[in-house]
Amino acid sequence: MAITRKDVEYIAHLSRLEITEAEADEYTKQLSDILEHVNRLSKLNTDNVEPTYYVMDMKNVFRKDEVEPSVDRQKVFKAAPSIENNGFKVPKII
Amino acid sequence: MNAADKYETVIGLEVHVELNTKTKIFCGCKNEFGAEPNTYICPNCLGLPGSLPVFNEGVLYRAVKAGLALGCTIADKSKFDRKNYYYPDLPKAYQISQYDMPIAVNGALEIVKKDGTRKKIGITRLHMEEDAGKLLHLTKSGQIGDAEESLVDYNRGGVPLIEIVSEPEMKTPEEAYLYLTSIKSILEYIDVSDCNMEEGSLRCDANVSVMEKGAKQFGTKVEIKNMNSFKNVQKAIEYEVERQIKAVEEKEAIIQETRLWNPEKNRTFAMRSKEGSNDYRYFPEPDIPPIVISEEYRQKIKKEIPELPMQKTERFVKEYAIPEYDAGVLTADQATAAYFEKTAKMSGEPKLASNWIMGDLLARMNAAGLQKISEVKILPEDLAKMIGLIKNATISGKIAKTVFEEMFNTGDAPDKIVKEKGLVQITDTGAIESAVDTVIAANSKVVEEIKGGKAAGLGFLVGQVMKQTGGKANPQMVNELLRKKIG
Repeated sequence: MAITRKDVEYIAHLSRLEITEAEADEYTKQLSDILEHVNRLSKLNTDNVEPTYYVMDMKNVFRKDEVEPSVDRQKVFKAAPSIENNGFKVPKII
Repeated sequence: MNAADKYETVIGLEVHVELNTKTKIFCGCKNEFGAEPNTYICPNCLGLPGSLPVFNEGVLYRAVKAGLALGCTIADKSKFDRKNYYYPDLPKAYQISQYDMPIAVNGALEIVKKDGTRKKIGITRLHMEEDAGKLLHLTKSGQIGDAEESLVDYNRGGVPLIEIVSEPEMKTPEEAYLYLTSIKSILEYIDVSDCNMEEGSLRCDANVSVMEKGAKQFGTKVEIKNMNSFKNVQKAIEYEVERQIKAVEEKEAIIQETRLWNPEKNRTFAMRSKEGSNDYRYFPEPDIPPIVISEEYRQKIKKEIPELPMQKTERFVKEYAIPEYDAGVLTADQATAAYFEKTAKMSGEPKLASNWIMGDLLARMNAAGLQKISEVKILPEDLAKMIGLIKNATISGKIAKTVFEEMFNTGDAPDKIVKEKGLVQITDTGAIESAVDTVIAANSKVVEEIKGGKAAGLGFLVGQVMKQTGGKANPQMVNELLRKKIG
C-alpha cells in the first residue's frame, strides 16, 4: 500500500504541521519507502513471536502514591503567552 | 398501537471515574478537587519536553480492584497507549490511555428493577487513563458556542481515571439509570472513588439507538454527553429515544453525531463536530514499560474486596425476609446497610426496621437535605428501641411517628421522649373504657347505624376515641371494646 499525497496532507493536518508543496512530495516518497520496507518485513512468519510493545527489557515500573511538591504557578505563568484569573488563556476552540 | 411500541431501544454506557488516589497517575502532584487553579501542576502533567511519566501503583491497585468487583478478567499483561488529538485541555497533544490491552475485560453486573426482576448487563472493558485539564469558556452572551476565549486549569490534568464500557444491552432509560447507580455503589463499596457526579468524579456518556422490534441490525447510534447527574442520565436518554423514534417515524435519517444534554431546556442539542477528530492514531506509549499482573497480586486484591451490594442484597433477602427491591435500596451504600442491620438485629424486627428506614427515615433525610445516613441524629440502637416500644405496646404506631420526628430533630432516646412528653400508650382497660363510653354516648346516631349494619361507622368511632385520648389509646383495644359495647 503506497502513501498518497492526500494521506500526507491529512496526517500533516492532524498533527497541525504546515508543510510546503515540495515537502509534501518529499514526504510522500519517504513515507512510501518506509511502508514498503515494513511490507517486506510483514512477509516474515512471526506466528510464534510475541509483538514488541516496548523495546527495553523492563516491566512494572511504578511509583508510590505519595505527594511530591508541585511547581509555583507564577514560574509557569511567566512562560505562558497569556494568563487571566490564574488560568492559561487560549483562543476559543470548539 | 402506540408508535413507541414498534421500536426497541439499545443503550450502551461509557463511564469515566476519577480514582481517589492521593496523587495523579503519572506524577506526584496532588489529586484533589476544588483547589485554586493551576496549583497542582508540574513539568510532567504540563507535558513539558524532557519530563517522564512514572505510573502510580495506587492507580493499578484500584483499577484491578474495580475490575474484579465488576466480574472482569484481569489481564496478565497490559500496556499504555497514546491517543493523539489537539485540544488545549491536553498539553501533550496526546492522552495516555489504553487501547488494545486494557487492564480488565469481560465483566458483568446485575441490576434489580422496581418490579423485582433482575437483569445482567455485560461490561466490555475497563481501562486506565489520565484525565484532561478543565476549560472555562469565557463568553459574552453566556452561550458556550459564542465563547471568544477559554481559560485552562491543569489541576485535573493527569488525575487518574478508569473508563468502564458496557455492552449495548440496556433497553430502557430505567435500566441505564440502574446500571449507573450499581456501578457507583460497587465502586463506593470498594473505596476506589467518591463517584460524585456533580463534582465530575463520575461522568457518563450514553450511546443510544432505536430500531424496529425484531430488526437484526442496530439503528444509527447517537452519543450523548454532558449529563451531570444520575437523574439527568435517565432524562436525557428518555428525551433522545423519543426524538429518534419521531425522526424514524417521519422518515428522517438519524445522523451519527454527538449531542449535548441541556438540563435547563430538557433536551439534547447536536454538538458541532470536530473534523477528523476520531482519527486518534493510537500507538504504544514508549515512556511506560508494560504491566505484568501476577496471580498473587490478583488474589491479594480479591481478598480485600468486601461483601458487594448484590451479595448483601441476597443475604438481606435470605436473612431478614425483606423484598429484594427493598434490600437493594438498603444496600445501595454501606453505611445505610450497616444502619439497617444494626436496627434489625437489635430490635429483632427486620421488616419493621426496613419499613422505618426506607419510609420515614429516607423521606425525612430527603426533606432535611441530608445526603448520608451518618448525618442522621437517630442512632440505630435508638430506632431499634423505638420499634421495641411499639412491639411491647408502650406506644402506638401513630404516636411512634411523633416520637420518630422528635428523635430525628433532637437525637434523644425514644424512652426519654415518651416519658417527657407523656406519650405512653393507654393500655389500662378502665381508662379506655371510659373514653369509649363517652364517645358512644355522644354519637348515638352512628351507633344506631352500626347496629343497622353500616360497619363503616366503627372506624369513625375509633378515631373519636383516639382523639379523646390524645392518640395514646391502644387502637386494638379500642376496637375490641367498641365492638363489645355496641354488640
